[in-house]
Amino acid sequence: METYLRPTVIGLMIFIVFNLLIVASAILVLAERKIMGFIQQRYGPYLVGPYGTLQPIADILKLLFKEELRPKGADKWLFTLAPVLAVVTAFVAFAAVPFGAETTLFGLLAEPIKLGISDVNVGVLVVFAVTSMGVYGIVLAGWASNSKYSLFGGLRASAQMISYELAYATALASVILLAGSLSLREVVDSQSGYWLGFIPKWYVFLQPFGFLIYVIAGVAETNRAPFDFPEAEQELVAGFNTEYSSVRFALFPQAEYINMVTMSAVATDLYLGGWHGPFIPEQYGWIWFLIKVGLILFAYIWVRWTVPRYRYDQLMTFGWKWLFPAAVINLVVTAALVLYFNA
Amino acid sequence: MPELVVFYLFAALAVGASALVIGQRNPMYSVLLLIASFGALSGLYIQLDAPFVAVAQIIIYAGAIMVLFLFVVMLLNAPREDAAEWDRTHPLRQPGMTRWGSLLAGLLIVQLALAFNKMTELSTPVGTRADAATVSSVHELGRSLFTRHTFAFEATSILILVAMVGAVLLARREDHA
Repeated sequence: METYLRPTVIGLMIFIVFNLLIVASAILVLAERKIMGFIQQRYGPYLVGPYGTLQPIADILKLLFKEELRPKGADKWLFTLAPVLAVVTAFVAFAAVPFGAETTLFGLLAEPIKLGISDVNVGVLVVFAVTSMGVYGIVLAGWASNSKYSLFGGLRASAQMISYELAYATALASVILLAGSLSLREVVDSQSGYWLGFIPKWYVFLQPFGFLIYVIAGVAETNRAPFDFPEAEQELVAGFNTEYSSVRFALFPQAEYINMVTMSAVATDLYLGGWHGPFIPEQYGWIWFLIKVGLILFAYIWVRWTVPRYRYDQLMTFGWKWLFPAAVINLVVTAALVLYFNA
Repeated sequence: MPELVVFYLFAALAVGASALVIGQRNPMYSVLLLIASFGALSGLYIQLDAPFVAVAQIIIYAGAIMVLFLFVVMLLNAPREDAAEWDRTHPLRQPGMTRWGSLLAGLLIVQLALAFNKMTELSTPVGTRADAATVSSVHELGRSLFTRHTFAFEATSILILVAMVGAVLLARREDHA
């Protein structure tokens, strides 16, 4: 594993990314409520700050001053551990995601740095491994609460994660075959340039089905509607986080929003050419990256407030009988074509 | 020197967590400690310059198989084992089984001792050995898995299939009884 940054720069980068993710989740909370309001033909938050832009700060302050409750029958250790686990895995996953080419940040730095905390040569798998650990936060929260609604939420989370991880990983594998590398930075760099002079060489054009499968499985992995079974309000009160309050509760949505950002960033790196794009020089490619991630996140929120939740049996049927076979066929066809054109 | 510290840290974590897995009466804690042990093992793999194996360890064992374990433990809702009842009725606690088990344990110790004796041949670090590329590069790993080690690879898959069929068979038998 090569490290290309000096320790101080890595430390600085970790600090920046950490804070960016926190800011991103605050913006997402606001964006979600504003877009939801727009879709439901109402204003959304508008009282706190100009046009309600300070609403996330009001939310977090309110949560900070709430009393922390723990049910009597709850498992003391695991009840505390669960939200920490959820949010830590969410943050750690982003460590292997590159988000920009070499840049001096408008000439602020003497020598250019690559945007991204670490460049692991199995980066795709590291992100996948860490996000797949995130389910323990939810499952443990469900079990440790010692409440029937929470337990059902946790059970659903574990079953859903296992079912959709397969399709998710198989879709990933198709891109890896095309790029011939497991390093996210190399995957992105293999997407630079144009076909016929104007179509960008993004894998979304070679892997339209793969992209679709990846995004659907990604929504399911982050427990967002229409796959939000672990917290299905109409059935389970609030699902796995029913018994949580105050900051411990706040960590769960925080983890969810950060997971959304990671999922969108990885989708951008794998399918949408990362920081490559027309008009903007490569040095400022992170602007393209932000635009693409923003668009995917908007689609995330859009889908949540447009599509109703599945039924549980539909979720399992769809995951195992449609999505996974489709991903396998996509992988086999991709492998055959790669072999044919490379030989 | 720092490598040695990290090694002992991970090694202690792996051994300690594994020992605690057996010591727990609550199956939920056992599962979680097993996950911790897998995590520590994965750290050791990274030290051996085998990042792919390390990540595969996390994805397959910690990320998928242990989620299934948790799922089953939660469904069974077995919060605590009844020790006395367990001692009396469990098939593995019968005298014949205990003798057979201690024989196997003895064999394992002999085997480990032999293996440790052979360790001197492997004392060169993985990174400097001739087959270092096989360990770190995914390309090479896949190639050697499907050419040189095809038999072992296929045999393992059949073994897993047999285990799966056996589990289904065992689970069904209780239905008829």
